[in-house]
Amino acid sequence: MSVLVVMEQYGGDWNRMSFEALSAGQQIAADMGARASAAVLGNGLSKLAGELRGADLEIVYTVEHPLLENYTADGYTAALEAVLKAKKPSLVLFPHTYQARDFAPKLATRFSQALVSDVIGHRVESGSLTLVRQYFQGKLNGDLRALGSGPHFASIQAGAYRSDRLARGQATVEAFTPELNAASIRNKPEPPFREAERAVDLTTADIIVSVGRGIKEKDNLPLVEELARTLNAELAASRPICDNGWLPMERQVGSSGQTVSPKLYIAVGISGAIQHLVGMKGARTIVAINKDENAPIFEVADYGIQGDLFEVVPALVKELKKIR
Amino acid sequence: MKIIVAIKQVPVRDSVLQVDASGKWIRESELSFEVNEPDAYALEEALQLKERYGGEVIALCAGPARVSQAIREALAKGADRAIHVESDDLGAADSLGIARLLASAIRSEQPDLVLTGLQSDDLGYGQTGVIMAELLGFPHSTIIMQVEAAGSSVRVKRELENGWFQWMELPLPAVLTIQSGISKLRYATLMGIKKARTKEVKRLSAAELGGLAAPVLSVEKVYLPQKTKETQMLDGTPAEAAAALVEKLRFEARVL
Repeated sequence: MSVLVVMEQYGGDWNRMSFEALSAGQQIAADMGARASAAVLGNGLSKLAGELRGADLEIVYTVEHPLLENYTADGYTAALEAVLKAKKPSLVLFPHTYQARDFAPKLATRFSQALVSDVIGHRVESGSLTLVRQYFQGKLNGDLRALGSGPHFASIQAGAYRSDRLARGQATVEAFTPELNAASIRNKPEPPFREAERAVDLTTADIIVSVGRGIKEKDNLPLVEELARTLNAELAASRPICDNGWLPMERQVGSSGQTVSPKLYIAVGISGAIQHLVGMKGARTIVAINKDENAPIFEVADYGIQGDLFEVVPALVKELKKIR
Repeated sequence: MKIIVAIKQVPVRDSVLQVDASGKWIRESELSFEVNEPDAYALEEALQLKERYGGEVIALCAGPARVSQAIREALAKGADRAIHVESDDLGAADSLGIARLLASAIRSEQPDLVLTGLQSDDLGYGQTGVIMAELLGFPHSTIIMQVEAAGSSVRVKRELENGWFQWMELPLPAVLTIQSGISKLRYATLMGIKKARTKEVKRLSAAELGGLAAPVLSVEKVYLPQKTKETQMLDGTPAEAAAALVEKLRFEARVL
């Protein structure tokens, strides 16, 4: 049994979710009586590799090649295929980032395996590993086992394992130079860009009132706008509301929007898909108002009201006006 | 441009889920189904590409007889024809098994472009498009917001995390997974619904496509998640619940 965690970096900076995956890798390896190793891909990685020397890892592989300077699915898959064939780990972990989602299933397919994506936990029973993931956008959990001899592949959901639990120790850094040829890299990526400067900075708001699909129509928005006004709060939304153009994209909270941690977050008519939860579960106090008692938003809420938002929100505004 | 759109039929969004007798999946018999939302956007993108560049749109859907509804909907919205991979036991299949069947159905069509949604609302593996690309030997790109054809290649806008984007050029044929919400979905017109009845639906069995391979993942059981955080549910009439909430926020959480 050996675990290899594939870390993610961009331009010499870590994607912080990598350390959660690394923590998961250490814990799973320990439960299986093994030690984890890590791999990082790119070109010019000595600084990043140095930062991993103090972690409890067997080996840190620096997988370097000029063709890995910019991420491509073809380049990363070919490079990791070579690493896996040479080092033969039994389990390969990734942070469940957009980048991992882009290439990890391709890599797994190359080994006739399937990636267990978006894992939130694990158990080891008599030497056998069970991975836990969510179905139906968090409404249901499932226990999975990967079959066959492996290597097996899994990606770790944001926030599922804590990076501050990372075990300290000593790691050996080992260079791995894959053979890549430019002709086999078909995608031609251009430099990343941001659409526009953000006019709304939700990250500094003390109180956020956030609205989701439950609001049904754009014409119903004044209801939550009044709640936000009464609380002197910023108005935010889950993705579908911004996709519909009911509120500008800059008010979106979640993995493709802003990550916020206000002292009070009131989620109105938001079911709580994981893409939303990762953007707001750091809030100090979370209130959820939703008609579905099984909505995943109640999993992270401190206070919940199960009911019709069209009745609850006006009642809440009335109550708040008594004290403001 | 010849475009295949892989669509999936999933339980409607607000379904009440109950675990079935095996404990390994949900009871499907009482559920209603709809087209997976990201796939609806993939279909919309395909139809818009056809309007701009000409060509053909083929809807591809795997599943039991009930998925005919999803296929009819795609045809009514403007897909030219459809392929139904008929199988009653896809429930136990993993993402690799399903993608193998779909890729096998796609291969003989020799499309320029294969589109699908970035993930399904039920299983949420988010992998079918990427696996199909690998099996077909096509390049791919995921979580796509915009597609521009440029002769023998496409230029696509890919969503990255935290508000970043990136343009990327891929040679055709290619597979793209489409982000939800990138355009406005069209409704089927009455004329479209009428025309759909005359459009070709090719039915292929899993066996004709090489059969469903032995799974590489096993779902041992499914269950409702256990709460990790203590949530105080505030009951009563809306007025009572609102009053209780304000009380808690002021004196317990002390955030007001």
